[in-house]
Amino acid sequence: MNWINAIIQGLMLGGLFALFACGLSLLFGVLGIINLAHGDLAVLGAYVAVALLPSVHSNALWALLFVPPMFAIFGYGAQRTLLQRSMQSGPLTTLLVTFGLSVVLQNALQEGFSADSHSLSVGSLVTKAFHPASSISISYLRLGILVAAVIILVTVQLFLAGTSTGRQIRALSDDVEAASIVGINTRHVAGVAAAIAFATVAVAGLADGMYAQFAPTSGSQLLLFGFEAVIIGGLGSLWGTLLGGCVLGLAQTIGAQADPTIGVLVAHLVFLAILAVRPSGLMPATVEA
Amino acid sequence: MAEQVELDKRAAATAPARGPRILRSTRASRWAIGPGVVALAVLGYLPYLVDPNSTTTLVNFFILLVLGMTWNLLAGYAGLVSVGQQAYIGIGAYATLWFAQHGVEPFVAVPIAAVFCAVVAFPLSWLVFRLRGGYFAIGTWVVAEVLALLTIRDSSLGGGTGTNVPGLDGFDPVVLGAITYWAALAVAVLTLAGCYIVLRSRVGLALTAVRDDETAARAVGVLVPRAKRIVYLVAALGAGAAGTLLAISQLNVQPNNVYGVQWSAYMIFVVLIGGIGTLEGPIIGTIVFFVLQQTLSDQGAWYLIILGSVAVVMAVWARRGLWGLLDRWGLRLFPVGYRVLGARSGRL
Amino acid sequence: MSEPLLDAQDLTVRHGQLVALHEVSLQVSAGEVFAVVGANGAGKSTLLRTLAGLHPTHGRIRFAGEDITRESAHARVRHGIAMVPEGRRLFRSLTLEENIRIGQVNARAGSWDVAACYDLFGWMHARRHERVSHLSGGEQQQVAIARALVANPRLLLLDEVSLGLAPVIVQQIYRVLPTLLEQGISMLLVEQDVSQALRVANRFQCLLEGRTTLQGTPEQYTVHDVEAAYFGFTAEDAS
Repeated sequence: MNWINAIIQGLMLGGLFALFACGLSLLFGVLGIINLAHGDLAVLGAYVAVALLPSVHSNALWALLFVPPMFAIFGYGAQRTLLQRSMQSGPLTTLLVTFGLSVVLQNALQEGFSADSHSLSVGSLVTKAFHPASSISISYLRLGILVAAVIILVTVQLFLAGTSTGRQIRALSDDVEAASIVGINTRHVAGVAAAIAFATVAVAGLADGMYAQFAPTSGSQLLLFGFEAVIIGGLGSLWGTLLGGCVLGLAQTIGAQADPTIGVLVAHLVFLAILAVRPSGLMPATVEA
Repeated sequence: MAEQVELDKRAAATAPARGPRILRSTRASRWAIGPGVVALAVLGYLPYLVDPNSTTTLVNFFILLVLGMTWNLLAGYAGLVSVGQQAYIGIGAYATLWFAQHGVEPFVAVPIAAVFCAVVAFPLSWLVFRLRGGYFAIGTWVVAEVLALLTIRDSSLGGGTGTNVPGLDGFDPVVLGAITYWAALAVAVLTLAGCYIVLRSRVGLALTAVRDDETAARAVGVLVPRAKRIVYLVAALGAGAAGTLLAISQLNVQPNNVYGVQWSAYMIFVVLIGGIGTLEGPIIGTIVFFVLQQTLSDQGAWYLIILGSVAVVMAVWARRGLWGLLDRWGLRLFPVGYRVLGARSGRL
Repeated sequence: MSEPLLDAQDLTVRHGQLVALHEVSLQVSAGEVFAVVGANGAGKSTLLRTLAGLHPTHGRIRFAGEDITRESAHARVRHGIAMVPEGRRLFRSLTLEENIRIGQVNARAGSWDVAACYDLFGWMHARRHERVSHLSGGEQQQVAIARALVANPRLLLLDEVSLGLAPVIVQQIYRVLPTLLEQGISMLLVEQDVSQALRVANRFQCLLEGRTTLQGTPEQYTVHDVEAAYFGFTAEDAS
């Protein structure tokens, strides 16, 4: 029965990874940006909550109301200033810029908040769970995160498919030049895409903060899993990312079931194995030659 | 190489007086030879001149210099932006530890451990080359993480908390410091010489082509995967050597330290600030890094925040780094380029 | 003589060291078809792309009385310039109908909408939800034209619409142009196929290595004149 528990926990963990990777996918798919600072942005979101919550409310769920919008604005601004400029210099540059930003962020957080771990309090919700069977425990919080992840992914997908701005974002990801000559304000639309990506990463960071402890360096682990989820799932596919996230979550929890110390290792090894065998992923939108 | 230049000279001699000649060296590079030799002599003599703390600082300087030069080779020439070189730093350090635990003199272990890294890098290269661009970067990082996690499982190597390197207790601390310093200096000079030779050779020319346009390079017959693999192995060798030096100078190997991604951050900053794609760049970058680190040493992580910000700014607005800013006039201290003399302008 | 619809003066565009356009001027009046011809690399596409706003340029561009030299590409669509780019460049992630609809994001007011395009190109309505990658070259070209039309342009820029298409298909596409003219859309088209271009154009201009070598009406010149301008022969070379 413990194995079933592990599977369920793994799926819920997968939801968190997928939510985190959604922003990564957007930034890469639409703007061609490999954001190595994505994990640290999530952690930053959690720290913003830590800084601002005491003056708002003690329950971190309220942070979901104000942190994502702040990050959306932040993302729009970052895209129109720094990222736009570095995109013009090529993909190598954005990689290095985001890596540099990652280091700056981590160290700035460390200077500001010390290297200690924090966590976001959600009151009694953190321990509430329901038990469908004797040894299966499903925490409301974790289930909530999975549900939120699916809802957000569906919403983003619908936005991209059904709205005018969503169409413009898809057009932009296909052909920037053609987009500008048909009348799309490419800089603005790129900013919107970045805003969405930053908002989703803020939610992911808050969720992670509620789920577990976090410290200034927690971003790196999240980043690796996020990218692994995107690669396992196949580039260009949001549903693939969800699948990839679940594969990783399952690998981690099942591995931990066998031996508590090897959960993370098993997840990484599964990624490397899939990489060795099927580099284009499980559900790629396009297959690389 | 000399033969080629000789043929050119003869061709130039028999051809009409205004035919082009190809030179490797520049006036600056010829002028740099003298001071370079002097600097080397001074560096070699240093342990007799300064206190052990300074030599320890210089050991760290050489370690970072080696890492910067090899990362520059990877990213600046082969276009392989790796964020996982710490994998080989870790393997180098732990290999040295292992050899020391099994009775091998640590300093003897340095070259063996470095070569071991290149051996490990060979199969790993097949794996990570399946990815491109940013995904390649992540892949190299994951490999480093996996190696760290695997290494931690072995308690004889110290597990998660690390352990001391045996076999060096018998040395007098000052003597040990000096020998470590000379080992580091030797590794740095060898790495510099190695990079210089690679870049000056046909592989170097191939790499410049790959860096500029990979598809075009393939089209003219450059064996792109082979060139990249060679560079990857050389970089692993360099990082491995750096790892062995770390183990010896710190007398202690800890997984978070040797396998940490902060090493990638350091080598990237060094190269970005100094100038990517040149041999002189990493040297300048390492100097700037150390000056900043020493000056701001009691301000916690501020030196990293500043370095990171400067690196970001340079990546976007001053792509060729500090050396690039000085390079307006084609300044080259290391003659790895080609200069064509005597060709009519506008026809090249 | 009233001001021309499009008045471009001394356009100079550099790509690094290469000068793609050197002080090229042209005027297009309302209600006319203007053709730009020239060999590969002559600068024709660069000229069109510069007018569309993709390349910064020295010189000046006036459109419908306003100076648009510094305007971005997407803003020029609002002014009334729409381009059908070389190679069609439809959006792969969008369906046929979405590709046409996307042309409306910065459109001017006017009678062209998706329904009007379906009237003009009868086959489209049935296949409007298909991926554009499933369409033939000629069909894609028509979608690209529709995408530009729904912006209700005053001036349509057509870049090598015949490229890669069978002659029969090319004829089909060119047959649509008079309808557009009647509706008040002026056209500036770039063509490698000189005879095709001169058949439809009121006036034309020939480019060679970024410079204008000939301009005027098709009636003014002989085939020999045009060839000479196209290839850069001089009277001495010909004899």
